[in-house]
Amino acid sequence: MSTGNDNTEHIIEVRSLRTQFDGFIVHDNLDLDVCKREILGVVGGSGSGKSVLMRAIIGLKRPSAGTVCVFGQNFYDADEDERLSIERRWGVLFQGGALFSSLTVAQNIMAPIREHLGIEGDLAKDMAALKISMVGLPAEAGANYPAELSGGMRKRAGLARALALDPELVFLDEPTAGLDPIGAAKFDELIVNLKESLGLTVFMVTHDLDTLHAACDRVAVLAEKHVIACGSLDEVRRADHPWIQEYFAGPRGRAALAAKAV
Amino acid sequence: MTDSAACFDIDLEGGVLKMVAAGDWRARFLKQIDARLRDFSDDTLGRELIIDMSKVDRLDTAGAMVLQRTLLACGDRTEKSKIIGASEAHAALLEQVVDHLAPCHVQPLHPNAFKAMLDRLGRGVAEAYEAALELMSFVGETLATVWRVFTRPSHFRWTSTVHHMEEAGLNSIPIVGLMSFLIGAVVAFMGAKILRLFNADIFTVELVGISVLREFGVLLTAILIAGRSGSAFTAQIGSMKIREEIDAMRVLGLDPMEVLVLPRVFALVLMLPVIAFIADILGLVGGALVAAFAMDISLALFMSRFVETIVTNHFWAGLIKAPFFAFVIAVIGCFQGMEVEGSAESLGQRTTLSVVQALFLVIVIDAFFAMFYLEIDF
Repeated sequence: MSTGNDNTEHIIEVRSLRTQFDGFIVHDNLDLDVCKREILGVVGGSGSGKSVLMRAIIGLKRPSAGTVCVFGQNFYDADEDERLSIERRWGVLFQGGALFSSLTVAQNIMAPIREHLGIEGDLAKDMAALKISMVGLPAEAGANYPAELSGGMRKRAGLARALALDPELVFLDEPTAGLDPIGAAKFDELIVNLKESLGLTVFMVTHDLDTLHAACDRVAVLAEKHVIACGSLDEVRRADHPWIQEYFAGPRGRAALAAKAV
Repeated sequence: MTDSAACFDIDLEGGVLKMVAAGDWRARFLKQIDARLRDFSDDTLGRELIIDMSKVDRLDTAGAMVLQRTLLACGDRTEKSKIIGASEAHAALLEQVVDHLAPCHVQPLHPNAFKAMLDRLGRGVAEAYEAALELMSFVGETLATVWRVFTRPSHFRWTSTVHHMEEAGLNSIPIVGLMSFLIGAVVAFMGAKILRLFNADIFTVELVGISVLREFGVLLTAILIAGRSGSAFTAQIGSMKIREEIDAMRVLGLDPMEVLVLPRVFALVLMLPVIAFIADILGLVGGALVAAFAMDISLALFMSRFVETIVTNHFWAGLIKAPFFAFVIAVIGCFQGMEVEGSAESLGQRTTLSVVQALFLVIVIDAFFAMFYLEIDF
């Protein structure tokens, strides 16, 4: 299986991963690498375990076999301090934003800044303002509670919180799901911009073919409990697997391709 | 690459302020110098400022932001003020943050505390008034639905009603029974201790009999059912409301009052008297056992004294209240469920509210019954 360009540094290395829920095996013998400064899009049908894979990598779902190395360290073997220092280097955007509902947007962003760096007061406020502005939210949104925001704004706020500590690695769980096409396109653009300017590595779970075209450097396809294809979009599209053919050659796949060509 | 914390020196070169930044300008090191930087910024107002960052090892967005902020603070628009000596990567970061320096709001603006208090008080009163109106309208709607179903019995949901009779009624018998048994025992103990002082042990029978039959049996049953089943009604209907199931029902031509509310109300009105009856019996058993084992009142004596002194009035006075309590608990549970809006947070609030309101009204009704019984000498 292709695991990408071996000359570059791997930020994430997943080896023979197996995850299961009460005997139901989600992944078996799954290998995946994520290189430095790339946007990797993980696609797959509903229930193929995309989100579970992300949860396994960020330490929320302990694998029953195999290893997950992030920044060259096995998260599940690390002690408390090592884990904390790994966690400080990544940011996670959950599907619904997962903002703390009792805090305003600005307070949400200040929460990791305060907890991890011990920064409070004006400096924390300035940092929150910077992140809010960088993800394209208006300054007034800082004082809003998550319940007062639209879905798109909530995702932006979630991204701002994920970026609060200037992480090297960002996990995005379906960042464009539930957004209208315009909002989704803007979000793709935002992610690419941030990756360019901040040198981020992005692990993105997505359904969205347009996002794959617009944002991802490499694509990994999840099916039959492991990664069936991994590489640039063109390489993956040529892979001879019924699901991949249906996914990319279906009407939506063709539309996304046509949109890219224009 | 040295691993030194962020620091800066200030020089004056030919009337131009020069700030030489050095070290690691990442967020974790900024805490120590932020206050000094702000003081420095206050002094630079209106002057030319050159920031030299050739000695900066590492930089992140927070560091870039702080540097740009410092540059901006001098307010010099002649473009002579600038940042020099930045490496390519650092320059890109500086470029990235420069458009995003505007401060943001952190908290909603609060008017002064006194006004806010008056505002809340006013809103609270208005909301309470509206909630009372809505509750009454809901009671009316329920009664209207009862009448409608009464005239067209085929619309009555038997399966659902029986299901709720089991869920809210039958399944709560163990816990209600246990509680009532213990209460009966406790009352007997308390009575025994005091009454013995007057050599009037035997009045324990009246104490247990009257208090359990008239009040404790039915009231504690109602309280437990409000906490157990009333809240469950709110949670069930509320989560259906969140998932738009109620809307779907309406669109399909099903009346939520008929499908959801009526079976619950009927089930509870039918079952609460039954549970209260069981609670009465177990309360008396608890009292009788304590009397038999901890005092010298044998079971036979307890029974004969009980039959002699406790008139059936007490029994009926308690049990008559049960359907009224049940109606209030079920209607409030369903009403609050229907009021749930949008988020899971609202569901939690409504569930709490449902229990609090139901308990409050149960006790109010109990007080009314007590006064009523007193007036008619029942």
